[in-house]
Amino acid sequence: MSQDLSTATFSGYRRENGRVGVRNHVIILPVDDLSNAACEAVANNIPDAMAIPHPYGRLQFGEDLELHFRTLIGTGANPNVAAVVVIGIENGWTQKIVDGIAATGKPVTGFGIEQHGDHETIMEASKVAKEYVQWASELTREAAPLSELWVSTKCGESDTTSGCGSNPTVGNAFDKLYPHGATLLFGETSEITGGEHLVAERCRNDEVRERFMFMFNRYQDLIERFKTSDLSDSQPTKGNIEGGLTTIEEKALGNIQKIGKECLVDGVLDKAEAPTGPGLWFMDSSSAAAEMVTLSAAAGYVVHFFPTGQGNIIGNPILPVIKICANPRTVRTMGEHVDVDVSGLLRREMSPSDAGDKLLESMFSTANGRLTSAEALGHREFVLTRLYESA
Amino acid sequence: MIDFVVHDEGDSVGVVVVEGVKAGEEITGWVMDQNVDIKFKAASNIPIGHKLAIKPMQQGDTVIKYGTDIGKVVSDIGVGEHAHVHNIKTKRW
Repeated sequence: MSQDLSTATFSGYRRENGRVGVRNHVIILPVDDLSNAACEAVANNIPDAMAIPHPYGRLQFGEDLELHFRTLIGTGANPNVAAVVVIGIENGWTQKIVDGIAATGKPVTGFGIEQHGDHETIMEASKVAKEYVQWASELTREAAPLSELWVSTKCGESDTTSGCGSNPTVGNAFDKLYPHGATLLFGETSEITGGEHLVAERCRNDEVRERFMFMFNRYQDLIERFKTSDLSDSQPTKGNIEGGLTTIEEKALGNIQKIGKECLVDGVLDKAEAPTGPGLWFMDSSSAAAEMVTLSAAAGYVVHFFPTGQGNIIGNPILPVIKICANPRTVRTMGEHVDVDVSGLLRREMSPSDAGDKLLESMFSTANGRLTSAEALGHREFVLTRLYESA
Repeated sequence: MIDFVVHDEGDSVGVVVVEGVKAGEEITGWVMDQNVDIKFKAASNIPIGHKLAIKPMQQGDTVIKYGTDIGKVVSDIGVGEHAHVHNIKTKRW
């Protein structure tokens, strides 16, 4: 590594609550599906603000509703976001999300559409968004140590090269970040199947291990309840099978290469739940790319490592997604999506440590402001996890 | 030139990492954990990313990759043959 990580810094935006972000977005956040149009109109009026439309938020209840609120509040609270305009069809749930985001101390204003209509709401919200964008444009970056960087990972459209190339690259980078107090995250509960004993062995203590196995078994129960014959073509996916992955066990063993060889699993989180300290955290989460990355952003992560084999093209509105690929065919045919080419690993031209260093270089440049491929290409997949039907 | 990689010397399969491997070709593999090279003759055309058997396997055998169980053999596989969903199945779900 050209850089000594113990003294390395990145340049980010320190927010009101002390967290450090690497982007400076002003977002227009709908509470519900009905409010997408108004949010998009505000972002159209104020081009430096970004609308984050989604299809949910009506008649959800219980744990599913709590997850909805936690995800939206977490998205607004993420330090990559400077300020937030929240728009909902009515004031009650809108205010709940505004209050959740306001706890960080950042500027946030909510608007309910009922008794105003789209026109008045869009006009009033646009006035606030304009002020926020101008205010945010004066914020400046400052140096922060690695202990203030939160990095999540999740792989997608994996193939066999993921398990021997791009995933061990993330594992190597995680092993290097961990001793410096970085806050790290992995998840994908169903995609641990076949390697759950290996993750359990890496848990820091029995309490963490029991919590991990509780989350793992909870997902297995869900699969057993809803599966038909098996999970053919879903886990592994059609794309995984095309790429040579045969069974969930093989996919899982490749997947967990992302947690390296040395770092311990320090804690277990529910979906979109924020960690409470440094270390490596496991989040119970779907293995669907956009769902898991959205949950990572909602938990407060600011940079994401996304290894791929066959070429997943995902991005996120607020969380920069760095793509790592070791499959030379994917690098050749889909190069515009690949930030870190580690195909040299499979030709023995590069060691795992060289590959990890190359990823860390990309992490620093991304944290310091360079756009990832997904950002430059306009990928803003924002997908809320649903637990069950609406009322 | 590496044509395929094997994670661990105890594994029963390797992964083709170049495009265009054809039946009958002599191909070179790299066993990553032990850092040794091995040579095999490919017995099938094998796409990049797909597996070949490096040990003979019979129906009911456990397939080993990463030194760990990745599923069961459902149809016998000869050395150098393509190993995938047509002859290996999960033990889960």
